[in-house]
Amino acid sequence: MQEIMASFFVECEELHEALTDALQMMADGEHDVETINVAFRAVHSIKGGAGAFGLDDLVSFAHQFETVMDGCRSGDLGITDDLVQLFLRCGDFLSDLIRCSRDSDDINTSVAEGLIGELAGYVPDSGDDGPEETIDFQPTTLSLGDLGPGGPALDLPADLPPLPDLPPLGDLPPLDATAHPDTATTGPRQGLSVTFKPEHELYESGNEPLFFLRALADLGPCDISLSFDAPDDLVDLAKSGHRLSWQIDIDTEAGPADVHEIFEFAVGLCQIDVTERTAATAADAAPDLPAPPADDAPPPDTPAPKITTPAKPAAKSAPKTATKASPTVRVDLERIERLVNLVGELVINQAMLTQSIAEENIPPNSPVSAGLDEFMQLTRNIQESVMMIRAQPVKSLFQRMSRIVREASTAVGKSVKLVTEGDTTEIDKTAIECLADPLTHMIRNAVDHGLESSEKRLETGKSKQGEIRLAAAHRSGRVIIEVSDDGGGINREKVRSIAESKGLVSPDAALSDSEIDQLLFLPGFSTADAVSNLSGRGVGMDVVKTQITSLGGRITIDSVPGKGTTFSISLPLTLAVLDGMVVTVAGETLVVPVNAIVESLSLERKDLNPVSPGQTVLCVRDQFVPVLDLGRELGYRNAICVDDGAIALLISPEEGILVAMLVDSIEDQRQVVIKGMQESYGRVPGVAAATILGDGKVALILDANDLVQNAAGANLTEAERKAS
Amino acid sequence: MTHPNDQDAKPAGPDSGDPTEFLSFRIGDDEYSVDIMSVREIRGWTQTTSLPHSPSFVRGVINLRGTVLPVIDLAMRLGLAETDPEDRNVIIVVDAGERVMGLRVDAVSDILSFTKDQLQPPPDVASPATESFVKALTILDERMVRMLDLSTVLPGIEEIAA
Repeated sequence: MQEIMASFFVECEELHEALTDALQMMADGEHDVETINVAFRAVHSIKGGAGAFGLDDLVSFAHQFETVMDGCRSGDLGITDDLVQLFLRCGDFLSDLIRCSRDSDDINTSVAEGLIGELAGYVPDSGDDGPEETIDFQPTTLSLGDLGPGGPALDLPADLPPLPDLPPLGDLPPLDATAHPDTATTGPRQGLSVTFKPEHELYESGNEPLFFLRALADLGPCDISLSFDAPDDLVDLAKSGHRLSWQIDIDTEAGPADVHEIFEFAVGLCQIDVTERTAATAADAAPDLPAPPADDAPPPDTPAPKITTPAKPAAKSAPKTATKASPTVRVDLERIERLVNLVGELVINQAMLTQSIAEENIPPNSPVSAGLDEFMQLTRNIQESVMMIRAQPVKSLFQRMSRIVREASTAVGKSVKLVTEGDTTEIDKTAIECLADPLTHMIRNAVDHGLESSEKRLETGKSKQGEIRLAAAHRSGRVIIEVSDDGGGINREKVRSIAESKGLVSPDAALSDSEIDQLLFLPGFSTADAVSNLSGRGVGMDVVKTQITSLGGRITIDSVPGKGTTFSISLPLTLAVLDGMVVTVAGETLVVPVNAIVESLSLERKDLNPVSPGQTVLCVRDQFVPVLDLGRELGYRNAICVDDGAIALLISPEEGILVAMLVDSIEDQRQVVIKGMQESYGRVPGVAAATILGDGKVALILDANDLVQNAAGANLTEAERKAS
Repeated sequence: MTHPNDQDAKPAGPDSGDPTEFLSFRIGDDEYSVDIMSVREIRGWTQTTSLPHSPSFVRGVINLRGTVLPVIDLAMRLGLAETDPEDRNVIIVVDAGERVMGLRVDAVSDILSFTKDQLQPPPDVASPATESFVKALTILDERMVRMLDLSTVLPGIEEIAA
């Protein structure tokens, strides 16, 4: 039961995502029926699942939500901006409710009541839907009881008892017609004649014909008959599932549209034929098809096992059919991790194999070499595919941010619109999770500090509504995520004076614009005059920067006064593999991440100019660059020793700063699998992680920025000052 | 050998007659041992990749079937004379709770079995370093065998970072 519930909550997240999507489209002015239907179905499915688990709070809220949406769907309610805003807030609250139900937390009932009250304002007679809903859910539990004793699929009589029960269903007290808003709008008719012939797939997807029949019976008194199209040869029975068909004659005022609505979730899974009858045909239609004796009907071959798997609510079949276009599998993240690790091993093994074959001096055109080439190709393909499993579109993250924007803008009373671009950009799942916090900070900052107040915007000739843009894109092997606002830009004078007053920077320091912008990332910095409860606690941007750096990313600011500010986060594509330059220093093999390297230069002894003891600079295109000997930094050797042919790797730890890192030679550039050392050993200064090379040896992956920063205390700042 | 470390699980209670097994090994001329339940495997010596800014007793890291395993030179950790690694040396992979590390020793000698009664606590006069690393002593065929306390022998993360 726990497992089913867990999978329900996962499903809820997906449904909620679909709901948010649809609502966002509605907010953008898309008011067509299909969009509303998508939103409606999502809420309906959540409600259905919640009903099966007895999550009453969720059910009652979703019900109210759905009722109003149903009004929009039928056209009874006009879609206004206010309504869409209400829907969005309800959507947010629904996700809270789902979370609370999952964690068994307490729910803020006053919010629920407030929203339900608001929703109820849109429904003229909201109370009447109650009975219909209870009937919607009851069958789920009843059917389990019915089928339980039936046991295995082949137990013929056990499956059939629902059939004789059907005719009385038609005699159920007719439900209030307002339950189906369409009813009122359709003209008076004598009745409908429906032929319902389920396909094999209907049973396979866990649908139960009985529910449809009951729903039809709700429309009015029914006359239901079952016909069985017997195969010529009973051996074929199992192969041809759809031999049962029902003929239902309903005395109702409902139109064909109502019938189709009932079968909405089963489109493509059954044949539905609806004809409207005149009074005359209604009279003789019924006797035409006498119900066959119950024993003759074959069991539908799949429903029993499907339904006896506990408590799969009927409503769940809805998302299944809806997502048929791109089937997905839900996999435990741990299994993927395991797969990623194994593929890492495979890559290492393949490199070892390549090396030992090279040592055997096998001619390059031999079958072994050809096979190895193919193997390498395959390995790389497998690796890429596995990495793709971990990658996920940033859409879910962006959707969460749209909620942050809504809440933040309400809190500060600004009108803000969130524009997202590149929702489908995929990044590593871990990165998505780790980005949620920093992005939340940044969005709040943008709403609170970035955008001006509405009055001020109008003064400066901007539209009243502020705009925050959230964009993601792949660019040269990295993922770029940009958060930009069209606000007033960074007030650099103010930033500077605050930094000075807080003692973060000395008053006589000459700072460039970008250096002033960087002050925002200092711990304890906050520009807000007053600490609002939204932001301004001064724990924002430095935390953001730390979090981004820990993901191997960088963050930069670009701000134009009066035009706005853009924060760009640049992240590595994956956290499991990186492109590395394999270098040697003092006999040790090391890996430098390629993205840290700006340029590599081949050196001669005379290129290096000592400026003071232990300090050397390199002249690169008329610019003096401080030199860092990697061997000395890592303690492999004591003095800089440069032979002709040594290599300098130019790295740029920060915007506008270059450092030359000396290595003895470059061996290779290749993808390496990152192996963490944190748990088993601890942090090593200047080293980000380790990897295993083709010869089975461990090589360290350098953290170039950390290396430079640690060296910076010793000699970089000096050298830099001299250089500039 | 894939048993998790359960040296702590072995009750030293009333039933102290139950023998405990130890893996004994040599460093120089001295004989040491560790609880066999914490030993994962024994490997031949392989060249290590040295780690920058590490304490002298950290030999470096090796590739243990795809994981990066730190290796400690036990002789240097115990304050004994430094010797250059030879091919005959072995790495004992030990698992002390959360941490898995390799110990470089000269050679593995035997599996010994002692009851609680046979073990003596180290005398108080021992030097502070040795005292904390050795948790018990015993005599076997006129040789002294030292039982190491892995929880102190394996350096903590703070100790390495410092």
